[in-house]
Amino acid sequence: MTSVLEIDGLTVSFSTPDGDVSAVSDVSLSVEAGECLGLVGESGSGKSQTFMAAMGLLADNGTATGEIRLDGIDLLSANEKKLNTLRGERIAMIFQDPMTSLTPHMKIGRQLSEVLIEHQKVDARTGRARALDMLNRVHIPEAERRLDMYPHELSGGLRQRVMIAMALMCEPEVIVADEPTTALDVTVQAQILDLLAEVKDNLDAAIVLITHDLGVVAGLADRVAVMYAGRIVEQGTVGDIFALPAHPYTQGLLACTPRLDVETEALVTISGQPPNLQNLPSGCSFHPRCKYVVDQCKSERPALEAMDNGHIRACFRPHVEVAQ
Amino acid sequence: MSDAPMNERRSGANLSVPNADALDKAADVEGRSLWQDAFRRLQANRAAMISAIVLIVLAFICFVGPAFVPWSYEEIDWDILEATPPNFETGHYLGTDSLGRDLLARILQGGQVSFLVGILATSVALVIGVAVGATAGFMGGRVDQFLMRFVDVMYAVPLMFFIIILMVVFGRNFYLMFLAIGFVEWLTMSRIVRGQTLTLKNKEFIEAARASGGSTASIILRHIVPNVLGVVIVYVTLTIPQVILLESFLSFLGLGVQPPMTSWGALIAEGAQEMEITPRTLILPAVCLSTTLFCFNFLGDGLRDALDPKDR
Amino acid sequence: MSDAFLQVRDLKVHFPIRTGGILIGEYTPLKAVDGVSFDLNPGETLGVVGESGCGKSTLGRAVLQLIGATDGVVSWLGTDLTSLNKKELIAARENLQIVFQDPLASLDPRMTAGDIIAEPLRNYRPTLSKAERRKMVEDMMERVGLLPRMINRYPHEFSGGQCQRIGIARAMILRPKLVICDEPVSALDVSIQAQVVNLLMDLQRDFGLALLFISHDLAIVRHISHRVLVLYLGKVMELADKAALYATPRHPYTQALLSAVPIPDPTKERNKDRILLTGDLPSPLNPPTGCVFRTRCGKATELCASQTPELERAGDGQDVACHHWKD
Repeated sequence: MTSVLEIDGLTVSFSTPDGDVSAVSDVSLSVEAGECLGLVGESGSGKSQTFMAAMGLLADNGTATGEIRLDGIDLLSANEKKLNTLRGERIAMIFQDPMTSLTPHMKIGRQLSEVLIEHQKVDARTGRARALDMLNRVHIPEAERRLDMYPHELSGGLRQRVMIAMALMCEPEVIVADEPTTALDVTVQAQILDLLAEVKDNLDAAIVLITHDLGVVAGLADRVAVMYAGRIVEQGTVGDIFALPAHPYTQGLLACTPRLDVETEALVTISGQPPNLQNLPSGCSFHPRCKYVVDQCKSERPALEAMDNGHIRACFRPHVEVAQ
Repeated sequence: MSDAPMNERRSGANLSVPNADALDKAADVEGRSLWQDAFRRLQANRAAMISAIVLIVLAFICFVGPAFVPWSYEEIDWDILEATPPNFETGHYLGTDSLGRDLLARILQGGQVSFLVGILATSVALVIGVAVGATAGFMGGRVDQFLMRFVDVMYAVPLMFFIIILMVVFGRNFYLMFLAIGFVEWLTMSRIVRGQTLTLKNKEFIEAARASGGSTASIILRHIVPNVLGVVIVYVTLTIPQVILLESFLSFLGLGVQPPMTSWGALIAEGAQEMEITPRTLILPAVCLSTTLFCFNFLGDGLRDALDPKDR
Repeated sequence: MSDAFLQVRDLKVHFPIRTGGILIGEYTPLKAVDGVSFDLNPGETLGVVGESGCGKSTLGRAVLQLIGATDGVVSWLGTDLTSLNKKELIAARENLQIVFQDPLASLDPRMTAGDIIAEPLRNYRPTLSKAERRKMVEDMMERVGLLPRMINRYPHEFSGGQCQRIGIARAMILRPKLVICDEPVSALDVSIQAQVVNLLMDLQRDFGLALLFISHDLAIVRHISHRVLVLYLGKVMELADKAALYATPRHPYTQALLSAVPIPDPTKERNKDRILLTGDLPSPLNPPTGCVFRTRCGKATELCASQTPELERAGDGQDVACHHWKD
C-alpha cells in the first residue's frame, strides 16, 4: 500500500505580538488508503494545526514549512486556485462544530450539491439527486424533506451527519475529521461514531481522526499518533499504543483517563501544567511533567526511534523500564 | 455540551496567552492587569501616542500660555482698532482681530473654553450615562423598560430645540451650556453601557459573585463598572471631539459663549466673516480645532485597539 | 426525616418562552426541571448526569436559588430556601457554594486572584482585617495547589487548570457545607481533569463537604460519586447507588447512556454491544406525553404514552422511573 497523504518535516509557526510561536515542529506522518489514523493530543499540542496547514486553512499570521504531499502533489506550494480544486474534491474536512461550518442562509440541498456543481460540473438536478442519495447513505431520516431545510432547523447530530455527507460528496481520497464528536452528547456521539465506522468500512478513503478522546480513537483508528507540544512523541498501531504505550506521556494519558469499565481507586495524574508554546522547556518538552526524567532529558531532545511493528517513540529511557 | 479544551482553530490568538510554566519561573509577585496590558499596546501605537502628546501640549499652552502673552483676550488695543498682521513691537504675535483684540490671546482663551466644554460636558454625559446604563442593564425588567423608553423619548427631542429652550428659560449661562450638551450626549453613552452590561450580566463571574453573597450594588460597583470601563473610555475619547464640535456649532450660531469670551468655534465664526480680508483670523483657530479633533480621534482609535476585548 | 441535610422535593423550574403572538406574546413553559426530588447527606457526593438540555445545570442553580424555582421545595437544614427573601437567602448561601464549568469566564478578568478568592470573605466576614484576609487567602491557595506568590496575578495569566483551582479556592474559603460543581472539569484537558477531580475529592474528605457533581461524563461521575441521578428532559430517570447503577442499570436510558461511552481500550471498544438510541432529544417545549423518554426507547409501549412512570424501588438503593424495568 502506498500513502495517499504524506507529511514530511512539517513546521507551523505563528507570528504574535510577543514573538514567533511554533505550534507544530518537525512533524512527519503518512496515511494510507482505507486506513484510519488517530491523532491524539491536548489543546495546544498542534494536532489540529497540522491538518489546517494541509488544507491551506492556517490563520493569516501562520506559516508552514516542510512538505505535505497528496498523492505526489505538494500542497504547501500549491496556489489558492489549485488548493480550491483539491479541497472538497480530493481532501475533505469535517469540523467540530457543524453549526459554524455550514452556511446558515443556504438550504442543505444546495450546500451539498454546490461542491459537485463546482468541481464536477454536473447540472443542478443531478446535484440534487446525488445530495439526496448521500443524505440517505448517512442515514438521515426523511432525507427528501431535509434537502429544503436550513442548517439551524436540524439538531446537532443531524447537522454533523450533513457535514459528513458533504465531506463524502466528491468521494475524496482523504477525510480529515477534526474533533467530529466533541460538541455532541454521548448518545449522539455513539451514532456518529457508528456512521464513521461504516464510512471507513465501505470507502477506500484515508481517514484522519483528530481528537483528545482516547475512547474515540480506540474504537475507530488503525494507527495512532500522539502529539505533545507540537511534536509527535509516539506512534504505533492502535493495539500497541493502548496495550504497550512506550512514551511516559502516552502512559500518563491512559492512566489519568477515568474509565467506565473499571472501578478506579485514585486517579493517577500527570503533574504540572500543559506547556507554554512560547516558552517551551529545554530538551524533551515533557520533562518537567515526566516521572522518569533524567538529566539527559533536560538538555537534549530525544529523536523518534523505531521499535518493532512500526512503533516509534521519542524518549531516552529504556523501554522496559518505562512500560509497566 | 462541548468538552473540547478550547477551540484550537484560531490558534493565533490562543497561543499568545501567557501560561503557567513561565509564571512558575518568573518569581515576581506582581501580576499584569488587563489595564497594564492595554497600556503597553497603546504605547506601541505611535499615532495614538503622538496624538496624546500633542493634546497634552496644546492643553498646557492654552491654560498656561495666557500668562505669558502681553494682552488679555478682552482687551482692545485702542491704537489699532482693526485687523493687523503679526507685529512683535506691539506684542500682537499673531496680529489682531477686526476690533483690535490680540488674536493669540483669544485663540488661547478659546482653546480653554473648547477643552473645558469637551471635558466637563463629557464628564456629565459619562456620569449619567454609566449610572443609567448599568442600572438599566443589570436590573432589567421594568426598570430597564422605563429608563430606556425615557432615553428613546429624549432622542426624539431635537437637539437645537432643547438647547434653545434651555437658553430661554435659564438665560445665557456659560456653565449651562456644558450641562445642556452633557444632557444630550449621555443618551448614547447609556445605551452603550447598557448593552455591555447585558452581555456581562450573563457571564459566569457575575453569577459567581452572586453565589459569593454579593449584593446588587456591590456587584454593579465591583464587577460591572470596571468591566465596562474599557468600552466607556474609548467612547469618551470619541465623545470629547463631538462635544467640542457641537459647542463650535452652537457658538457659530450665536448660541454658545458670549463675547468678549470666546471659543474656537466662535473665533472661526468671526473669522469666516472676514476671510477675504484677513484669512489668518479664520485659518489659525481652524487649524487648532482640527488638530485637536484629529488627535482625539486618533487617540480614541488607538485606545479601542488597545482595549479590544478580542485580545483578552 | 428531621435530620435532613439537603432535601429537594418535586422541584420545578419552568421558563416562559415566547412562542407566538404579535403584540401580546403567547408563552409556553419550557420545563427545564420538572418534578425532581432527591436527598443529599453530609459528606456525600451525588452525581447528576444527563445530556445537554436535560436541565442538570438549571437544577444545580435552582438548589442555590440562583434561578428561582417555579414550584417545589429546596429544604436546607430544615429551612425552605424557596421561601426566603433576598437578605435571608444571601445569609443562607454562606454554606452553599458553586464551582463553574468555564474556568476563565467564571473569574472577573479585572480582579487579581487574591481579590477573587477573598470576595466571599469580604461579603460574609467583613470584620476581618486585611492581613487576616490575606493570610486566609494564601492558605487556601496553597491548599488548592497554587503558589501563594501568585496572589496578585490576573486570571488571564493562569492556565485553564489553575483558573479552575482559583474558582475552587473561592468556593471553599468559607468552608461551606455543600458545593455544587457544574461540569467543573469538562473544559479542561485530560491530563488536568484528573488533577482537579483528585483535588475536589481531597477537599471533600478534609472539609466533610457534600458535593452535587453535575457532569455529562459518566466515567468521571463514576469515579467521584457515591450516588448518581440520571436526568432526561428535566425528569429523573434513575437514582441509584453508584455500584448498582453502573453494574445493573435498570432504566433503558441509563443503559443506552452507559453503552454509548467510548472505552479507551480497542478490544473492548470494538466488541462491546452498543445500544444505539434513534433520533434526537425532543424539544423541551413540547415534551412527549407520559414517559418523556418513550420516543427514543426500544421498550416503549402504549402504557408509556399514556401514563408517566413514577420512581419506584428496583433494588437496594436503586430507584427507577420506568414501566418496564423488570423486562
